[in-house]
Amino acid sequence: MIEFSGVGHRYGDRVVLDGVDLTLPQSRVALIGANGSGKSTLARTVNGLVTPTEGTVRVDGRDPARQGSAVRRRVGFVFSDPDSQIVMPTAGEDVAFSLRRTVRNRAERARLAAETLTGFGLGDHIEHPAHQLSGGQKQLLALCAVLVLDPDVLVCDEPTTLLDLRNKKAFAERLAGLRQQVLLATHDLDLLEGFDRVIVLDGGRVVADDEPEPAVAHYRKLCT
Amino acid sequence: MSGSRSTLPAASLARVVVFAAFIAVLGLFPGIGGVAGVPIVVQNAGPILAGAILGWKLGTASVALLLGLTAIGLPLLSGGRGGLAPFVGPSAGFVVGWLLSALVTGLIVQRARTRTLPVLLLACLAGLLADYLIGIPVIGLFVGDLGAGLLQSLVFVPGDLIKVVLAAVIAGLVHRALPDLLPPTTSAGSPVR
Amino acid sequence: MTPLGLYEPGTSLLHRAPTGPSLLAVLLIAAGTVLTSDPWVLAGVCGLVALGYVVARVPWRRLRPLLRTLALLLVLIGLVQWWLLGPERALVIALRLVAAIGAASLFTLTTRVDDLVSAVERGLGPLRRFGVRPERVGLLVGLTIQSVGTLSGIAGQVRASAKARGAGGSVTAFAVPFMIRTLRHADALGEALAARGWGDDDTRPSPPHVAEP
Repeated sequence: MIEFSGVGHRYGDRVVLDGVDLTLPQSRVALIGANGSGKSTLARTVNGLVTPTEGTVRVDGRDPARQGSAVRRRVGFVFSDPDSQIVMPTAGEDVAFSLRRTVRNRAERARLAAETLTGFGLGDHIEHPAHQLSGGQKQLLALCAVLVLDPDVLVCDEPTTLLDLRNKKAFAERLAGLRQQVLLATHDLDLLEGFDRVIVLDGGRVVADDEPEPAVAHYRKLCT
Repeated sequence: MSGSRSTLPAASLARVVVFAAFIAVLGLFPGIGGVAGVPIVVQNAGPILAGAILGWKLGTASVALLLGLTAIGLPLLSGGRGGLAPFVGPSAGFVVGWLLSALVTGLIVQRARTRTLPVLLLACLAGLLADYLIGIPVIGLFVGDLGAGLLQSLVFVPGDLIKVVLAAVIAGLVHRALPDLLPPTTSAGSPVR
Repeated sequence: MTPLGLYEPGTSLLHRAPTGPSLLAVLLIAAGTVLTSDPWVLAGVCGLVALGYVVARVPWRRLRPLLRTLALLLVLIGLVQWWLLGPERALVIALRLVAAIGAASLFTLTTRVDDLVSAVERGLGPLRRFGVRPERVGLLVGLTIQSVGTLSGIAGQVRASAKARGAGGSVTAFAVPFMIRTLRHADALGEALAARGWGDDDTRPSPPHVAEP
């Protein structure tokens, strides 16, 4: 469960988040809103990438600002640009990199990495240079690198921005099949199918909090 | 994008790594003609830019990383050079001097009250002189005569001065585009918006 | 760029020689060439280094660029020094160049980057108590190689858009956007590393080594 209480954040004089109070027990939660609405920043507070200047965040009772290390073990994060997320030369090594603190044995790390990649249809690319994969494959690789740790929560910040329609669909299907709680920040409304709860942010405040259909309707009204 | 800025150690590490790669990529651009055994290339503006943009700490670290990776055999210097050879040839002093370049330029940029063009020009020029301070004596050591080394090095001066001006202009524009890149170390007050 | 770097695979005596002592030998040769001014000694060292290339069976395609660099250096430095200091001194300088650069290049050609990384990690071991983490050296190598690839791609895109704006020849029209995108890439990489737990080992004294349920 993710809880935000009185979360506010400012960069210098610019207010990015303003008094966000949310309790999110649902399995599929989306944050939508225009560019600069604060959804990316809110998502980043969940694993301590951003420490809010006001209020507190709790992930299963833990504060990411104080127990960042423990929270990051439970919260996986997928960003928009897979090129910036892949840190090792080959797909297999990149997934194994995630395991470096939890699995001591190198061969065991490689085995777990290969297993995860195979499960996501990347079994033929384990030895391949990661940066030569297609955009869709790279984003799946980024997802594998997070899921190999079997986190409880998966946060995604605009994960489909750089994907074409087919890859976007494939990614959304993978997401739908996960056991993890998913918190998705996006302005791609096609991804919201099957979500339990959609939160609309505007100017750093929650302006709607509903099921997908009425929430999206509210968002569309905001944009006109 | 919300322009979020991480303060975790990973952010510093990433800057060091990416800037080392940046200096290496500068070496991929064709040189402006090799003279006297030390090719004149845009790459040696890299360490000055590293200092001017990242500050002395991260700037020097990124140069050190680049030199370390070059020494273990990666072809990261201009023209695909690498390995130990650049560190034992006559240009060794100039290459090692890059460390001092980044350090000196970074210190001046961070200590200065403003980041105006004259300040940046001064910082970049000081960085270049710091490089000469190590590079010229090493050439002198190599040829067994400091005067001859000095004379030999004169050919780089015009090209290097052009690079200093370019580095200062670029650093100025980058700092204006990304004002919170380096925290203001002197004079109180938050970055003006 | 290959992760192999400048290494030329082989099975010769020099390829199999231990990394640490080889490195020491190269450094001694480089220092020695500056310390002596006897052309006969220097010529002898050059002969030894040349013998090393024969023993290591360095192929011609790797030798050619090296010889070209050396020739260029010799002509330019040699001529200036001949003029400044006379022929004998110029010969000494030329021999120094050949010996030092030849030995260093031979070492690089016959030593794997992996082996050097391991040697560096071992060498840094004693610094562990000062907070140095030698096991990160390998990762730094990988990350930097990756970033060179990514930045080369960015440089290509930026150059194309500078051309599209009719500013193909302007240095700042290329350099400033390139620089800014480089820094953005650095920020994104930093976030990704942080999200994947980089640096958490530093803030937590003793992380458990088993996966938590």
